[in-house]
Amino acid sequence: MQPQRYWREIPQRYRLEAGLCRKCGKVFMPPRGVCDSCRSTDFEMVRLSDKGRIHTFTVIRIPPSGFGEQVPYVLAVVELDDGVRPLPMVSGGGTPAPETPGAVRLTMQVADCEPEDVRIGDPVRLEFRKINEVGKSGVICYGYKAVPA
Amino acid sequence: MVGICGYGAYIPRNRIKVEEIAKVWGTDAQSYKKGLMLEEKSVPSPDQDTITMSVEASRKAVKRAGIDPRLIGAAYVGSESHPYAVKPSGTVLAEALGSTPECHTADFEFACKAGTEAMFVASQLVKSGAVKYALGVGADTSQGAPGDALEYSAAAGAAAYLFGADRDLVVAELVDTYAYMTDTPDFWRREHMFYPRHGGRFTGEQAYFRHIVSAGKGMMAKAKKKPSDFAYVVFHQPNGKFPLRAGKLLGFEERQITTGWLVNKLGNTYSGSSPLGLTAVLDVAKAGDLILVVPFGSGAGSDGFVFRATERLKSVQGLALKTRQMLDERKRYVDYGTYLKYRKMIIMNE
Repeated sequence: MQPQRYWREIPQRYRLEAGLCRKCGKVFMPPRGVCDSCRSTDFEMVRLSDKGRIHTFTVIRIPPSGFGEQVPYVLAVVELDDGVRPLPMVSGGGTPAPETPGAVRLTMQVADCEPEDVRIGDPVRLEFRKINEVGKSGVICYGYKAVPA
Repeated sequence: MVGICGYGAYIPRNRIKVEEIAKVWGTDAQSYKKGLMLEEKSVPSPDQDTITMSVEASRKAVKRAGIDPRLIGAAYVGSESHPYAVKPSGTVLAEALGSTPECHTADFEFACKAGTEAMFVASQLVKSGAVKYALGVGADTSQGAPGDALEYSAAAGAAAYLFGADRDLVVAELVDTYAYMTDTPDFWRREHMFYPRHGGRFTGEQAYFRHIVSAGKGMMAKAKKKPSDFAYVVFHQPNGKFPLRAGKLLGFEERQITTGWLVNKLGNTYSGSSPLGLTAVLDVAKAGDLILVVPFGSGAGSDGFVFRATERLKSVQGLALKTRQMLDERKRYVDYGTYLKYRKMIIMNE
């Protein structure tokens, strides 16, 4: 990964900042310019919850490069618990967000677990982890992984 | 009133037992267990390093303080295992907390004392009025050469302290500080070397005990306190035996030491060692309790900190996972081969 691309993703990778459509309440992670539900371009930046449940998962045994030392590992779709929190530092406190929207789901690794112990519906919380390294001399890319709660 | 407004700890879930390491090198596990009072140590996963543990410990500290992270004017990480040789750990930390861009950041190094260096500077910046809140973090994924005595103890963990001067937020008032430092080459790692080297028994009397005992005495004299005034004392914990003996030499009883004495189950988390011990004390301390902290860093020096717990402490203790919970619950034991893989000590093709 190029450092420029990684740098652009820092608000999402480090702080789970997402775009909340002020018109219909749909949440986009990563944020986008136009809502695919109502076509509004009026978004507020919000921070996603760091707790959730495993919606579904798979076990990776043949990994992409850079993940070999972690196999077998669990890759899951995590449904976050309690919607979103307003983010005054980005939105400047503008219009209040609509009611908490529908479920926000993110795809991520589940760390600190044995694959055979993972079940759909298990509670998890998100922890800051190293996601991958660009070789031995490139940048180190950080972000969140789920761990059993 | 300057003091700790929030604190947080992080300990990885993986552990390796002394027997598992001794089996590989043909040494007598019982002599390490008895001689160094060590049973097992924490091991970081391949996706954990000083930065990830600093962020997790700091998130707990901010949660306990209950402040807006934008008000953190300084964030310092002390470690001897910063992931980058050139590029600060503190920038990732401050960015992850949401404290950038108006935040001063630097990485500290002083062997096992780097974490308390960060705490010292953070607290003094708040005291001077330069910043409203400052974060001092000690974190390490410690290194010990395979087969060396250090391999039985070098562990991973982090502790974070958020200092402020807001009377309503302080959970432990910083009563006084002290520093005692000499040039003593007891432990070092040269540039481009993978593992540290040490002076064997020279690390004991002339390094650890001389500095800890002198700093402990100096701190108590400066603060006009005696050992019996303190509810708890925390020393640097390179093994189980040293801090207990240091306590005895300074006139403390074992009951004052054991609450923050984590090393037998945790190992030596280097820059995280005495800071993690203090988190375990703050998890249970009561208003009015006096706490003495005396870290040690090879090279060599010791600091002194005297804290007094406030009424607010009990209301924040349960806001985040406690240190003993992380130490005793949900452990995951790894064998020596997995440990080597996790610590990247197996030579691999690119």
